[in-house]
Amino acid sequence: MNGAAGLAAKLRRIRALVRKESFQIVRDPSSMIIGVLMPVMLILLFGFALSLDVTSVPVAVVLEDPSPAATDLAAGFRLSPYFNAHYTTSMETARAMMLDLKVDGIIRIRPDFARQLALGDAEVQIVVHGSDANRARLIEAYAQGAIAQWSARRASAGQPVTTGPVAVQSRIWFNEANDSHWFLVPGLIVMVMTLIGAFLTTMVMAREWERGTLEALFVTPVRVDEILWSKTLPYFALGMVGLSLCFLAAKFLFFVPFRGSLWVLTGASMLYLLVALGIGLFISSAVKSQLAASQLTLVATYLPALMLSGFIFDLRSTPLAVQAIADVFPARYFVSLLQTVFLAGDIWPVVLPEAGILLGMVVALVAANRFVTRKTLA
Amino acid sequence: MSPPGVRVPAVAADGLRRTFRRDTGEIVVALDGVTLRAEAGSLTALVGPDGAGKTTFLRLVAGLMAPDAGTMTVLGIDVAREPQRIQDRIGYMPQRFGLYEDLTVQENLDLYADLHGVSAADKRRQYPRLMEMTALGPFTGRLSGNLSGGMKQKLGLACALVREPELLLLDEPTAGVDPLSRQELWQIILHLVAEQRTTVMVSTAYLDEAERCGRAVVLHQGKILTQGAPDEIARLADGKVFLADPPAGQTARGLQAHLLGAQAIVDAVPEGGRVRFIRDGAADARVDALAQVAVAPAQPRFEDGFMTLLRRAGDSRPASVVTLDKPPERQGDGVVVEVRDLVRMFGNFAAVDHVSFEVRRGELFGLLGPNGAGKTTTFRMLCGLLPVTGGTLRVAGVDLRRARASARQRIGYLAQRFSLYGDLSVVENLEFFASAYGLRGGRKRARIDWALRQFELGDLARLPSRHLPGGYKQRLAMAAALLHEPALLFLDEPTSGADPLARREFWQRINALTEQGVTAIVTTHFMEEAEYCDRVAILDAGRILAQGTPAEVRAHARRQEGREATMEDAFIAIVEEARAHGHPEAGAA
Amino acid sequence: MSQPLVDSLWRILALVQKELLAVLKDRKSRFSLMVPPILQILIFGYAATYDLNYVPYAVLDQDRGAASRELLAQFDGTGIFQRVANLDNASEIGKTIDDQTALVVIQIGQDFSRNLALGRPADVQLIADGRNSNTAAIASGYVATIVDAFNAQWPANHGQTGPPVATAMRAWFNPELETRWHMIPSIIGTIVMMMTMNLSAMSVARERENGTFDQLLVTPFRPAEIMIGKAVPAMFLGLTQSTMILLVAQLWFRIPFQGSVLTLYAGLALFLIAAVGVGLFVSSIAATMQQAMIYIFVVIMPFALLSGLTTPIDNMPLAFQYLTLINPLRYAIIIAQRVYLEGAGIGLLIPDLWPMAIIAAVTLSAATWMFRHKVA
Repeated sequence: MNGAAGLAAKLRRIRALVRKESFQIVRDPSSMIIGVLMPVMLILLFGFALSLDVTSVPVAVVLEDPSPAATDLAAGFRLSPYFNAHYTTSMETARAMMLDLKVDGIIRIRPDFARQLALGDAEVQIVVHGSDANRARLIEAYAQGAIAQWSARRASAGQPVTTGPVAVQSRIWFNEANDSHWFLVPGLIVMVMTLIGAFLTTMVMAREWERGTLEALFVTPVRVDEILWSKTLPYFALGMVGLSLCFLAAKFLFFVPFRGSLWVLTGASMLYLLVALGIGLFISSAVKSQLAASQLTLVATYLPALMLSGFIFDLRSTPLAVQAIADVFPARYFVSLLQTVFLAGDIWPVVLPEAGILLGMVVALVAANRFVTRKTLA
Repeated sequence: MSPPGVRVPAVAADGLRRTFRRDTGEIVVALDGVTLRAEAGSLTALVGPDGAGKTTFLRLVAGLMAPDAGTMTVLGIDVAREPQRIQDRIGYMPQRFGLYEDLTVQENLDLYADLHGVSAADKRRQYPRLMEMTALGPFTGRLSGNLSGGMKQKLGLACALVREPELLLLDEPTAGVDPLSRQELWQIILHLVAEQRTTVMVSTAYLDEAERCGRAVVLHQGKILTQGAPDEIARLADGKVFLADPPAGQTARGLQAHLLGAQAIVDAVPEGGRVRFIRDGAADARVDALAQVAVAPAQPRFEDGFMTLLRRAGDSRPASVVTLDKPPERQGDGVVVEVRDLVRMFGNFAAVDHVSFEVRRGELFGLLGPNGAGKTTTFRMLCGLLPVTGGTLRVAGVDLRRARASARQRIGYLAQRFSLYGDLSVVENLEFFASAYGLRGGRKRARIDWALRQFELGDLARLPSRHLPGGYKQRLAMAAALLHEPALLFLDEPTSGADPLARREFWQRINALTEQGVTAIVTTHFMEEAEYCDRVAILDAGRILAQGTPAEVRAHARRQEGREATMEDAFIAIVEEARAHGHPEAGAA
Repeated sequence: MSQPLVDSLWRILALVQKELLAVLKDRKSRFSLMVPPILQILIFGYAATYDLNYVPYAVLDQDRGAASRELLAQFDGTGIFQRVANLDNASEIGKTIDDQTALVVIQIGQDFSRNLALGRPADVQLIADGRNSNTAAIASGYVATIVDAFNAQWPANHGQTGPPVATAMRAWFNPELETRWHMIPSIIGTIVMMMTMNLSAMSVARERENGTFDQLLVTPFRPAEIMIGKAVPAMFLGLTQSTMILLVAQLWFRIPFQGSVLTLYAGLALFLIAAVGVGLFVSSIAATMQQAMIYIFVVIMPFALLSGLTTPIDNMPLAFQYLTLINPLRYAIIIAQRVYLEGAGIGLLIPDLWPMAIIAAVTLSAATWMFRHKVA
């Protein structure tokens, strides 16, 4: 067989297998659940349900000083979009509300507030429910902000300056509105790609081993690389559909800005998808039962993508050992790429190294899969 | 490569050895020093009990495995070195057919045609031929998962044949397939060999199929016992095979059980109301069991030669006869199971279509029919596992689906597949089922001891049951179903997938139980096993086509040339007649 | 006790024993029950935190005066802020943030020291990388805290009057505001839920697939007995896993425990019944293990995301907040946190206990019904 005819035959076989795979995706309910239903569900959850932003926090404002200055300060909390203030004059009432989880914080203005203010030594007490520390810290910052605004209003009205000498003017780049969807929604793409790339391919490949269909397939002119191609291409396409869905949702449903270029996003996603596919195929060749293979895939891809990718929790603050574990999984590189491409733009010093690592993983996985997948039965 | 002009054998195996490691760490020898050759254009059968190494051998031919030692040369090519070159040229149908169930018949065919590089012109030429051969023409648009067992198997064969392979390997192609489909499949195979000079190698558990082949290879525990023309192998039993007429007052299976227990008898099976038996070497030795019996010599068949060989190889005679501690009382012959106009629909499809029969106390009743005939569905309704769509049924006077749980105390159920807990050991399984049936304390211990003893499971008591050899799994399942001494046994395809030895062992046990007063209902798709039953009903496409004693049912078929009509002839005659009267095959509906 | 009841209890006992044997006999399955939860709590215990203990920052100090040095010394003294670059002009800020060299840049203007010395307000600019806006907000909060402290100190040290309004901050139940104190009690429920639901989702589906379920149904077992016999071992294993995770939380992470162990276990037990109920229900409708696995995955994922673990329930739109009412994990997390941090007694927890009882009752009875009525 000469080279050209061989290649033509090869392409024909790949086309036949890809067709078969596509029919199966459409007809098998589990493929549809993982490949279509779950991504849509994730988009809805991430876009609508999950938010780390703090708005309308219920707080109790305890006004123990009836002076105009104190009342004015207390009123400031009603103006803040971050708070939903309940007014009371008794600390006891506030304490009870906090214990019942009716409020998450208490702003206490003491009886001698006006007098102390005149002396230049007034104090406002902020008490927060510390069980959710992240939220508590944000509440504290917003309360300080509300007090600072009140000071500014007083200053512009000709009263003496009442805050400290140094003021921080902070700007959060890439996310001026400080909207948590802006970083949660790109993270969504990681989840969807992981599901389709790794979880779905693991299941379909292990299914062929389990049902014995590979045995018949092996005794044909089909080559191993052709089987691998046929397991890659349709799911790659499905993954790209998932990417487009997420991208459209991000842009037109959740209004996340997109500052990079589309082709960098596509390229990075393709790389990650290939890594995920590679891991999926590798696991299912090594562990040939559907159940064991998919459980392993969940542990090896999905959980790290959720917890160890830096997509919700910042990796910089974890111990070195945990960082080392996170480094092994591809998700963190992809998260970094996505956050950069979406919010910051094509920042080459970030894009190139992360993409390089993903590319390295692709190469390693292709080699590993060629080695592990053989046309032999155990 | 051999020089042109010299005929190379299609398959040449030399000193093949192949071992496997179980997860328990022990090494199992699947093939041990196997040497054989199959000439081009020949039809070779691989026969042997479960675990003899048939599947392993075919996989080695197909290049799916490499041998530990020895060489395998196929079409002149060393398989271990160049498996792909073999796989480019042969057709292979694995035991599970290798079909994609969510693809249609046409899509499956197209897939394999494209993989084999069949050109569009060849497809146009091949497809009509394959469709005609397999009669799948009207079903090209159907998902192959929705085909009947026989049609799946024919599609599997068609997929292996799309490219007209030089060598065709078939691994137990007829397991669990009805007699009609079996017949059709063999016509296709014989046609291929005769017309297209295709070399075919087929493994089978049906010994009568081996008779159709040019050569048979008998494998046993990984070694070749013998190989040669089937009639040569049959001749091993020359002069030792006889037919006995049971004396008045004794049934054929009664005499058969008696004979199997006797000295100097190699094998005995009921056949057409008589008993076919093989005597041991010394043909003149006195056999007490035959004292009162009229005996006539018979022409040996392949099966007789095969059994003689296995006995010689030292496979112990199935001696196990179960004795119950407390046989159920045999009072009268009241109706134990009564089924009237039973209907079960799945959507628009009637899986069971107005079935009626009754079973009396102490009777062994057989439900016969191909896969998909509705046997298992009927069973599941009888056991209360599935609600009925119409009709009535009574088991020991109650409908088990509505009766109190304690009513189930009276029945034992042996499911089609081994369905005990594979992770648990033999004894743990028995303990669990004993407790499930309310046995406690001394009684429980006594019953478990009984089961271990009766079924010779004592040595394996601590082994996780999934590691049991096939025949022992079946024994354990039966032991678990008998712990609570049920008066009524439901046995769903207990012999499906079992080899000839295991099947004899099983029937011997059932025989012994019914002798002691247990009522049993058995389903099977081995037609000749009907001979073991008191009465049988033949099911096809959800309907009962005939019922009565084996002799009555057999009377439906005309005498075949030179021999008595068998149950299989009767089945084919009955089904063909029914279909001619306008009851289409279930799969064709 | 009446005889049928005794018989029934014996049967249940046999099933419980069989279920436990099947899981615990095999070394591999023992391993997969015990080791992953511990690994998960260790890894997630460290990873699931919003606290920052490493903030790389860059400085553009255009003042280079005593006051600016004093302020920057405060940053360097925290141990959290690590100075990675000293910038010379504003054009370098962009690159430093873009390529993630620094998470924040602090820019101190030319007349910072002079303004301070004159008692005039002085500004500090803070630029944070908002790609993870939560991290950015937290880092800005840290900066504000440091500057606050500086504001309180500086005037006093330089003979000026302090700021007239100071804020005094107190956090109840978690004085240091460590996210770990919040996360670890929540993770206990999450990990145990994933393991328990998975296990119970497989239990009936596995028996259906292996044909043993039919075998069980033809014995005198009643569906309710099967349900109890399946639920009890799963709960027992769940409680064992919870105990191991709790031990890690106490002995390794040393999360302060204010409440009573009994209350916590009461809540966990009820939670586990609800989780097992969901698992068994999914198992009872699945025909194969593969289906069971996919279904339970489709259930677990929104349960985990909509539980308040990663993002607060209060932040969700109202529709989703209602949806969380059927999520047992939501209640488990609240209970664990309140018992752990507030020392809440059983009385305070009743509003979170009864919904789980209802979830358990509904799912378990549905599963029991399905055992016999699912047409395979």
